[in-house]
Amino acid sequence: MLLDSREPGGPADEAWSRAKKDYRLVGTSNRRKFTIIVVGTGLAGAGSAATLADLGYNVISVTYHDAPRRAHSVAAQGGINAARAKKVDNDSVSRFVKDTVKGGDFRGREREAFRLAEVSAGVIDHLNAIGVPFAREYGGSLNTRSFGGVQVSRTYYTRGQTGQQLQVAAASDLARQVNAGRVKQYVRHEMVDLVVEDGRAQGVIVRNLLTGELKPLLGHAVVLATGGYGNIYYRSTLAKNSNASAAWRAHRRGAHMAMPSFIQFHPTALPISTEWQSKTILMSESLRNDGRIWVPKEPGDSRPANDIPEGERDYYLERKYPAFGNLTPRDVASRAAKDVIDAGHGVGPLKNSVYLDFRDAIARLGRDEIAARYGNLFHMYDDATGEDPYTVPMRIAPGAHFTMGGLWTDYQLMTSIPGLFAAGEAGFGYHGANRLGANSLLSACVDGWFTIPNTVPDYLAGHLGKPVISEDSPAVTEALESSYSRFDRLLGIEGQTPPRDYHRRLGEVLYKGCGVTRSAEGLIAAIAKIRQIRSEFYEDLLIAGPVDRVNQELEYAGRVEDYLQLAEMLCVDAYDRDESCGAHFRVEHQTSGGEAKRDDESWAKISAWESRGWSDEPVFTRHTEPLEYEAVPLEVRDYR
Amino acid sequence: MKLTVKVWRQGTPADDGRFETRTVNDLEPSLSVLEMLDKMNDDIVKEGGDPVTFESDCREGICGACGILVNRRPHGPTPLTPACHQRLSSFNDGETVTIEPFRSGAYPVVKDLMVERSALVDVMDAGGHVQVAAGTAPDADTDRITYDTAELALDFAACIGCGACVAACPNGSANLYLGAKLAHLSMLPIPASERGMRADVMLAEADERFGPCSLHGECALVCPANIPLVAISYVNKERMRCALRGKND
Ligand SMILES: Cc1cc2nc3c(=O)[nH]c(=O)nc-3n(C[C@H](O)[C@H](O)[C@H](O)COP(=O)(O)OP(=O)(O)OC[C@H]3O[C@@H](n4cnc5c(N)ncnc54)[C@H](O)[C@@H]3O)c2cc1C
Ligand code: SF4
Ligand code: FES
Repeated sequence: MLLDSREPGGPADEAWSRAKKDYRLVGTSNRRKFTIIVVGTGLAGAGSAATLADLGYNVISVTYHDAPRRAHSVAAQGGINAARAKKVDNDSVSRFVKDTVKGGDFRGREREAFRLAEVSAGVIDHLNAIGVPFAREYGGSLNTRSFGGVQVSRTYYTRGQTGQQLQVAAASDLARQVNAGRVKQYVRHEMVDLVVEDGRAQGVIVRNLLTGELKPLLGHAVVLATGGYGNIYYRSTLAKNSNASAAWRAHRRGAHMAMPSFIQFHPTALPISTEWQSKTILMSESLRNDGRIWVPKEPGDSRPANDIPEGERDYYLERKYPAFGNLTPRDVASRAAKDVIDAGHGVGPLKNSVYLDFRDAIARLGRDEIAARYGNLFHMYDDATGEDPYTVPMRIAPGAHFTMGGLWTDYQLMTSIPGLFAAGEAGFGYHGANRLGANSLLSACVDGWFTIPNTVPDYLAGHLGKPVISEDSPAVTEALESSYSRFDRLLGIEGQTPPRDYHRRLGEVLYKGCGVTRSAEGLIAAIAKIRQIRSEFYEDLLIAGPVDRVNQELEYAGRVEDYLQLAEMLCVDAYDRDESCGAHFRVEHQTSGGEAKRDDESWAKISAWESRGWSDEPVFTRHTEPLEYEAVPLEVRDYR
Repeated sequence: MKLTVKVWRQGTPADDGRFETRTVNDLEPSLSVLEMLDKMNDDIVKEGGDPVTFESDCREGICGACGILVNRRPHGPTPLTPACHQRLSSFNDGETVTIEPFRSGAYPVVKDLMVERSALVDVMDAGGHVQVAAGTAPDADTDRITYDTAELALDFAACIGCGACVAACPNGSANLYLGAKLAHLSMLPIPASERGMRADVMLAEADERFGPCSLHGECALVCPANIPLVAISYVNKERMRCALRGKND
């Protein structure tokens, strides 16, 4: 089936203004008759909930955290892009769009990139107004820096804590509405199912994480702003509780999943050095502005870094990509790292990392300047590894990071279920097959504060006069019962193996089979292994602890169950997309120089999946949406 | 390495709670205290027991979800460091480490090491925000904020909301947390225009939920975000300013 993206026609660069002009409105006095459920309080969720409430709608906001401020967005370090073009380095909306579309390897929608660019300046203004202390020049104007994949300086930042400052401001924007009584806030509640009645999303089932009680929350529309699923790889740069469940449960109720295999592996994560290490901490890639990446020329060279003379170091990114060097986009940098590691040049105790070296930068700029620029990151590194990056090069490795895939949405951010919207990383928009650094915070903010508040009312305008469904309507009863029986089923297995074990094994299978590189053979093997783990899960899962109180094992088991299903779809999607593009590198499709070889003829399209039959053998159906490029003509991505 | 862990167990808020002592083997000094708890929980689960409940999320020192007492000190022995970044290298092989929930009247224990810190949120919800609707903000470059002011505001804005300051304070005062927010927002032109109202409502809420500050200074010693102790002076400064001006600006 061909999917309709419902993009506005006409010139791409005016699409958003035209769309806004055409959206239907809900009169001010009618707004309070509508209830909107927003799941998630990250940048996308907090922004949506706050703005919809400010417009006068009833909003219900849900998060599993004890406070909205803890949403995963808080962890972003690097910065947020905006095409404000205040400098003379020639930035512009069209250059932003070009970088974004090209950076995504022509697998994202051009018109959405235009919206991102167009709204970006307003995002910075809003954030500044609500209390983000952005870095400033000495004279007082906003300062910027540059990030991987672009040649201009368009990234706004607050030291190494941009995400934190944005998230705290967003949470306070939401708090203002909670305080004014316009948002009903449910903290420590996890969405475990979606309620679809009359073919429309009309509510969610939430589980109270303190008591285990399940409860329906009902409304006229549902916005999922539940973040990305990179944690499916077990160790990733994400917060430990980030998960796929909300999106996956929506999928199981009929929302298509778009390109789930597009996962970005961040090139500057900390390597795994011990079994019990719980994640791969991310080092901001802004470090690549001054740090130089290298490995020993000699495979297996185990001398300490500082004993390896200049002539015996391979600055492989600078060698292979002289124009961008250490600032090549993430997918290219991650793949290059994997190549040298696989070829035996990896460093560190497990030989699984590469060096990120500040020696030259310290010599050029002085230790103080480096400390001013990256001090807190250096501190964090020292803290995590016990090594001093001022004197010994850091060690970094690719780690699972950002999910470009997610719920399929049209230009209005509406999924294939009417009334169900997805915002931020939970959706699939903007980034194509690879996200440019600092574009994600922007997309979450654009969706939250600007897109959703325009598109949800457009949908609601068609439902004026319709009441919220009642708690005893059939769809609610069915969803409640199926949630209860799902948890009972998991609790009833009474096996020997805790959920973490399955998750860990799944992560290993995915890193190997559907990681930085993929092959048809590897994917088929991975699918078989995933099915194996899944069947063992249903036979031998052990959930310890009480059911009527906090039970983190049960929460975890539900999330792992969803991962075990999504993982299979991820591999099916990677197998099906028989080309290389961005973060999706199929070894069968590479140029003689080892670069990704896209196949625009067959694959300039979005794959969106439907699945059925999970109680037995799942059946996957692919729907497609063709991609067209007007302002940024298709071209080979070359960073040399 | 190996550690003996004396860990607090409490099934429900109403229970009395008690210490349970366990040995955790095969640890690496580079692991965090929380990763040690992960490992200990795995042992407990495999023995058929109820794992120790504790909170964490980012494990990168930024979300503020983690927070426990390690050897009676909020977060742990290393200063300026949240629990998720406290490393086992701070301890000697074979040492006994005591792990408890944050202790404060404002934080009821939910289960084991997990406490309810909603009082912190309530204070922020009362007034820790700025009244600007999306899309109505002026160009961020029009209001000049000098480099030094922006950096200073950021020093205060760095609070991760972990609540360790309250747990460290003999009076259970939240003045470091509160002062950090008041200071941060007082330094930026648009947020500063609502200073009076903000101080008024936040302080009223805080007075109800937390103890008074009597300048012990314990808070800043355990703060993982390095919020300067001078933050507490903003509480009185903003209180005075609001009272003297008698209007909400
Ligand atoms: C370490 C790190 C650094 C990064 N740095 C940058 C950067 O410098 N620049 C950049 O642009 N991007 C960066 N990113 C990416 C960016 O931070 C994220 O893509 C973005 O913040 C996602 O925002 P969000 O609002 O979509 O979701 P999140 O912030 O992840 O919010 C998800 C919300 O959903 C809630 N939730 C999820 N599931 C449920 C459920 N079932 N029930 C109830 N609630 C639920 C959570 O409680 C949370 O509130 C970084 C990411 C990481 C991991
Ligand atoms: S002031 Fe420091 S100790 Fe207190 S909540 Fe903030 S970060 Fe935690
Ligand atoms: S887990 Fe986020 S600060 Fe420790």
